[in-house]
Amino acid sequence: MAVAQRRRERIDRGIKVRTDGFYALMSWRELGYLTLPRFLLIAGLLALPFLMPSMYWQRVISIVCIYAFLALSFDFLAHFVGLVSLGGAFFVGIGGYMSAVLNTELGLAPMLAIPAATLLGAGVCTLLLLPCLPLRGVYFAIVTLMYPLFAARTIEALDILGGTDGIMGIDSFPGPWIEQYFVIGMLLLAIFGLRRLVNTDFGLVLQAVKDNDQAVRASAMNVTRFKAIAVFIGSAMGCLGGACLVHIYMWAGISQFALDFSVLPIAATVIGGAGTLVGPVLGCLILVPASEMLREFGTLRIVFYSLILVGFIVFRSDGLMVWARRKYHQFERWTEI
Amino acid sequence: MTAPPLLEVREVTKTFGGVIALNRVSFDLHEGEILGIIGPNGSGKTTVVNCITGFVKVSSGTVLYRGKSITGKPPHKIADLGITRTFQIMRPYYSLPAYKNLVIPLFSGRARRTGGWRGGGRLGDRHTVGIDILEDIGFERDSYVPYKTTATLPTGYLKRLELARCLALKPEVILCDEIFSGLSMSEIASMVPLIERLQMDGVTLIMIEHRLRELFRVADRVMVFNFGEKLLEGTADEVMADERVRDAYFGSEAADEVMRHA
Repeated sequence: MAVAQRRRERIDRGIKVRTDGFYALMSWRELGYLTLPRFLLIAGLLALPFLMPSMYWQRVISIVCIYAFLALSFDFLAHFVGLVSLGGAFFVGIGGYMSAVLNTELGLAPMLAIPAATLLGAGVCTLLLLPCLPLRGVYFAIVTLMYPLFAARTIEALDILGGTDGIMGIDSFPGPWIEQYFVIGMLLLAIFGLRRLVNTDFGLVLQAVKDNDQAVRASAMNVTRFKAIAVFIGSAMGCLGGACLVHIYMWAGISQFALDFSVLPIAATVIGGAGTLVGPVLGCLILVPASEMLREFGTLRIVFYSLILVGFIVFRSDGLMVWARRKYHQFERWTEI
Repeated sequence: MTAPPLLEVREVTKTFGGVIALNRVSFDLHEGEILGIIGPNGSGKTTVVNCITGFVKVSSGTVLYRGKSITGKPPHKIADLGITRTFQIMRPYYSLPAYKNLVIPLFSGRARRTGGWRGGGRLGDRHTVGIDILEDIGFERDSYVPYKTTATLPTGYLKRLELARCLALKPEVILCDEIFSGLSMSEIASMVPLIERLQMDGVTLIMIEHRLRELFRVADRVMVFNFGEKLLEGTADEVMADERVRDAYFGSEAADEVMRHA
């Protein structure tokens, strides 16, 4: 039997920027190393509307961003607070209906209705989820899964808020470019804002709630309060997505409570890399357009879609972003043994 | 004339379904003392701590702190008053580095109020303060230990981390639930002076222990629990001389055995 003569070793790049101290400012090379990935993300997202030729694909970009809000919200709640929420559809629905009502009943312009619906909707979601906050793990997941079903059936049965027809005659964004750049801008804000938040002391407390909520209680802090704040932040992103969605479609209906909004973000998180925040956004950038391109296959679409998903889970189970980060920060070489 | 007790436990009963975990337990805790609690497994020692700190709701009875009832208050409110606890099964934040564990208690309202930490500002940088506290309790600042992921630390350090979490809150009372268990003799030997120093700093302690020799060295008074009831209390010598304690602890036959070898 042949004995292996060499092996591959993996070495951290000897660049000081990873100590996240001020060494990063010592040379252009190190500065570049640090900013390049961020720059790529920002520039890439901002350039997307220019690179996309048709109205159709520009619409896809907006939908990608809306799913990205939800994926960010899921990743934040699940991996930084420990609340596995399947309530993405609920957040979208509440935010969407809220913005629709504010626009059609109160006559608020979309650019006012969206932020108002984001904050009000998040408030409503947080209040409604408050009784479930002591639950953990799969129990919280199941309860949050019930919320969108509950809301959709209530609207249908009571025939309120337009019933099954939904609310029509909602104003659209002032223009397609404003629409695109509004959602992209908010997405960038959400990504970098959340990344900053999870690294603050407050973010550490949230992580501690995930790790061990009894110890947080013993540290003289109200766990429910911290969970409520986190749910507010998470649901605000979902509501923002929903509010944008109704103004893009100029229609709000019970399909905004569809479970796609709960499930696709989870798939995107798995593909992109859980706990990285940027990963889920990348996951959406892959999954949503892939789903569009597969439309040609008609009913087989879901089959191919599932195959892509399974492929990612089997071959890249730690997620794209985790893999890419490792490749960027380390290099591999063969050594004789 | 003695000062009124810091903590009064009055007729506290706790039942879990049909199981009586605590049966009309009463005792006082005086400011500045170390009260030891011993007893066989399942005798209700940890339940007493849970009842005082609010982690379980008492079925009946009252707990008074500085003359005011804290019965039925949620754990974070009780900790906010300065009654802190350690957990028998350590509950650190395993995914964080050791010193970041202390950022969490330092974020609390009590830590902000009590303040007085070294470093700039009212509280300074919580990370710096965290390392200060860890150094205080036996983590060598210049070693890698405080910076390691908590999951990789040995039991001795985790126990210290439990205590450090209490200290970050500037506690008035610490309830130590078996802080010596699972430690080697030398680790215990280095923990005992820490406890003594806490007492000198004016902290009042309740210590649940199975390591009687070390407990008797530090404790001013000892209570013995058996089957959810307080058997007796007294000084270490009084307690160990009592026949009932020997029975409860070793079983009557084993006690005879021990006596014969003694």
